[in-house]
Amino acid sequence: MTWTRATLGALGVLLAAYGVWLLLTRGRDLLDVGVWLVAGVLLHDAVLAVVTVALGALAVRLAPVALRAPLVVGFVVLAPLTVLAVPVLGRFGARADNPTLLDRDYTAGWLVLAGLTTLAVAGAALVRSRSARR
Amino acid sequence: MRLPSDASFASRLRSAAVTARVGLWLGVCFGICFATGLVSHYAQSVSHPVPFPASPAWGYRVTQGLHVTTGTAAVPLLLVKLWSVYPLLFRRPPRGWRRLGLDLAERASIAVLVAAAVFQLATGLANSAQWYPWSFSFRATHYAIAWVAVGALALHVAVKLPVIRGALRADVDATAYDRPAAGADGALSRRGLLRATWLSAGVAVLATAGSTVPWLRQVSVLAVRSGDGPAGIPINKSAAAAGVAASATAEDYRLTVANGGRTRTFTRTDLLALPQTTHTLPIACVEGWSASGEWTGVRVRDLLDLVDAPTGADVLVTSLQESGPYRATVLHASFADDGRTLLALALAGEPLALDHGYPARIIAPNRPGVLQTKWVARLEVAP
Repeated sequence: MTWTRATLGALGVLLAAYGVWLLLTRGRDLLDVGVWLVAGVLLHDAVLAVVTVALGALAVRLAPVALRAPLVVGFVVLAPLTVLAVPVLGRFGARADNPTLLDRDYTAGWLVLAGLTTLAVAGAALVRSRSARR
Repeated sequence: MRLPSDASFASRLRSAAVTARVGLWLGVCFGICFATGLVSHYAQSVSHPVPFPASPAWGYRVTQGLHVTTGTAAVPLLLVKLWSVYPLLFRRPPRGWRRLGLDLAERASIAVLVAAAVFQLATGLANSAQWYPWSFSFRATHYAIAWVAVGALALHVAVKLPVIRGALRADVDATAYDRPAAGADGALSRRGLLRATWLSAGVAVLATAGSTVPWLRQVSVLAVRSGDGPAGIPINKSAAAAGVAASATAEDYRLTVANGGRTRTFTRTDLLALPQTTHTLPIACVEGWSASGEWTGVRVRDLLDLVDAPTGADVLVTSLQESGPYRATVLHASFADDGRTLLALALAGEPLALDHGYPARIIAPNRPGVLQTKWVARLEVAP
């Protein structure tokens, strides 16, 4: 296993070094690339992760026991979906001359998904609280 | 307020047993993204030492659809995986210089991996919605950082291999690799969290994949395109955006076909008088959307024969566009000589819409959409 690990590790360093070389020789606006690389980590570690921890603490304090598990499942489904929908929800790439691009009502679509998730969470919580009472 | 330590996070869900299982599928997604990304990068490069095949016609549609779909599925997987290891960010540095050095090196390699992974998913998602809030070149940078991400991933797997193997072989509820503080029951079981994660990845795919999988169109409420457009095909760049609305509809439009000194020019009426061929071919864009159309026009090979062009020659295709990276593209011999490669004049039985490339456009099998040059002005055999 030591040999496998050493080979894989060395290969990884080589591939990453090739990427850095590509970036330095072919890339433009490297400062902007650096800003995006660092901003991604900060956005996750200092914002998304902290908000998630805070919401978790809030749920433990406020949510009845029967609601907690369905709430977590709902959050695991809806939160990443919302993050990856940011470009379409904001319609930042929309162009007046191209009606075939970003041509859905994304706010309505997101509300439908959020509504379905809420219904499923509420339904599961109801079932759980009933079976707990029996 | 004090910074938390790793002991502040007590949930037994934040365990290597969860991390390894989510990481396995995240690794699969990144592997598919990397392989399909290499295919797309090569397909778009000007020089093809190994000819890019024209068959199967749907090849690029599938690889690029997979690229964007697995990238989308990776978003929930990455977020859950990072959640499961978040306490390790706050672990106290070990004592002793050697241990401290190793710890710092591992943290640095993970910082590179996380930065590269988030960068790839964020820029890829923005690009699929044609949103470019940066000044760097998307293609060159996304390609370079892909190598960094895959390299950092290989190094990370090498470092963690004993834990990964041990965690995957043991039961999901085993505690051998858990942090001492992580003993408190969460709202869910570990199996429950894993199922929620798979569900999340599945929902993310269903909500977006309709851009490339026609039968999902009704379900994919967050897809970047509904699939509608002139003659049932969406548009990437309009004639107005390309600045060709006037020149493409001008009376004096002529297509020039050149082979060295031999030159022929054609009006659109001349082209319509030549033998017409119809093929069903997909238009598959790098942004991940695709649609199949029934294209009618003149075989490019027939046009090349009219100027005695030899087979096996690359063809330089020039658009009426006055600027832009895809104004002039190379139609490699493997495509130029293929009987399905058309200079299309009609789509779905109607004359080509201006935004689809009127008066004439290139459509070839198994090719990225950006190379299917619209508003073609000139076909020239490369010297």
